[in-house]
Amino acid sequence: MMKWLMQPGVRAAVPVMLLMLIGFIGPLLMVTGYSFMPPRTFSLLGTPTLANFISIVTDSYYISFFWSIGLAFTTVVILLVICYPVSYGMAKIFGPWANLVTIIIAVPLLISENIRLFGWVLFLLKNGIADGSLHYLFDVHLPSILYTVPAIVLGLVYVYLPFMLFPLVIGLAMVPDALKEAASDLGASRWQVFREVELPLAMPGIMIGSLLVFVLSLGSLAESKILGGQAVVMIADDIESAFTFAQNWPKGSMLALLLVISSGFLIFFLFKRIDLDRLIGRR
Amino acid sequence: MGSGKYNFAKPLIVVWTGCIFIFLYTPMVSVVLASFSKKRYFSFPVTNWTTLWYEKAFNSLSVRDLLFTSFSVAAVVTVFSVGLAFFGALAFARYDWKGRKLFQKIVLLPIFFPQAVLGLALLLWFSQLGIITSWTTAAFAHMIWIVPIVTLIISIQVYSFDPALEEAAVDLGATRLQTLWEVTIPILSPGLISGSVFAFLLSWGNFPLSLFTTGADQTVPEWLYAKMVSGYTPMVPTLGSLMMAGALVSLLVIYVAYTLFKIYRKRRFAS
Repeated sequence: MMKWLMQPGVRAAVPVMLLMLIGFIGPLLMVTGYSFMPPRTFSLLGTPTLANFISIVTDSYYISFFWSIGLAFTTVVILLVICYPVSYGMAKIFGPWANLVTIIIAVPLLISENIRLFGWVLFLLKNGIADGSLHYLFDVHLPSILYTVPAIVLGLVYVYLPFMLFPLVIGLAMVPDALKEAASDLGASRWQVFREVELPLAMPGIMIGSLLVFVLSLGSLAESKILGGQAVVMIADDIESAFTFAQNWPKGSMLALLLVISSGFLIFFLFKRIDLDRLIGRR
Repeated sequence: MGSGKYNFAKPLIVVWTGCIFIFLYTPMVSVVLASFSKKRYFSFPVTNWTTLWYEKAFNSLSVRDLLFTSFSVAAVVTVFSVGLAFFGALAFARYDWKGRKLFQKIVLLPIFFPQAVLGLALLLWFSQLGIITSWTTAAFAHMIWIVPIVTLIISIQVYSFDPALEEAAVDLGATRLQTLWEVTIPILSPGLISGSVFAFLLSWGNFPLSLFTTGADQTVPEWLYAKMVSGYTPMVPTLGSLMMAGALVSLLVIYVAYTLFKIYRKRRFAS
């Protein structure tokens, strides 16, 4: 044990591990503990009970779970389709320009999500930029999608685009051109090359991008609040109101636990299948 | 494409990438446009242009408070995150030790974790421990999410770092501290710089974690959100534009400074 502790790697890991322990693992264990406490109590010393779980299953909470899963899934599918060509270009076609493209796509990540989502509100608003331009140019008013489900999907697609795009680039960069050429020389059609060579080899990147976007969309809050109005209640909304307005910590904790378990399941599956050293360090 | 078979796809991909750029920047342009509109409620096309809202923002004491809170949080987060993540990245990518794979996974978990839920979990944690939330607890909350990201960024640099350089310095009689200061840190500096830029800007713009952990203090993104859902004022796009301008200017300054520094170093070694 002492010998293990003396390794330079272990000592270098200690500060970050301590932070994770008191700021991540600790709070999560507490949430887990609270989710089995009697409803509306504010202590961890009550008798453990499944009351919160039962009330969530029998209440209408499954609706917000379904909405969240549905919206997250839709977001993943849309992002796969719109990001794939760009990632392909970045990995194979743009050459020296790929760096510039990376910067242009990464900069919005560094701008507050709130501001960017609010920009969409201004764009989609009645008499906003889209509506106003249409009216000015063609004298028509179209119904706005603001505060409807499509607006939430737009927000999710917009915010999580880089999280799909960059893993896809890594995945596609792992496909050797020579293999594809060999396949087509041997008589494979373009579709066959795509399905039998490119997709399987790029799969780690595709999986990471899809799961990352799915998990992040599942727990998103700002998109549905800012762009969705009251159109849909997503699971993070439910968790927030249980903690704040309802002051029901145990119920909020149970909802959070269910969300974490469902996304944790996916992450576990992902982590088991990929080798981080190879993916990040390319060695 | 070597075969020339897919050449027709190339222009399509370029055009599509251009569309994605437009998509990404549309909302930001919208915010800037709205900030120069004189009307109390935004409508397009803008008929009366004005810089009135910027004057108001610069003269407002509450805006200064908000900016100061956001800045304090981001500054504290940057200093601590880069310090912790530097060692974290060495453990992540440089040294081989038993338990490293597990460490890598634990460090990555907070990035995948829904931020709003993390914020609430930390709120619960702080109140159970009897800690009163303020901007300092918000800085702590930001670190849980930002330290992993910075660790990852520095790790990428560490992976391409040749440990033999450190050993050579030690063999030539450098102390541990000297090696760290004269060899390891200069070589990792691109990662450290981009790590601090990310740390600062991600904290500067963060909303879901701040929402639950700032207590009585308020950061700019929180204020913007509060105004967005109840009572629009033209100060919202104005302050939003200022936030974006701040982020872009600091990115540019750091990029230019770093490029100049690289040129300077090259010249010094060449002569």
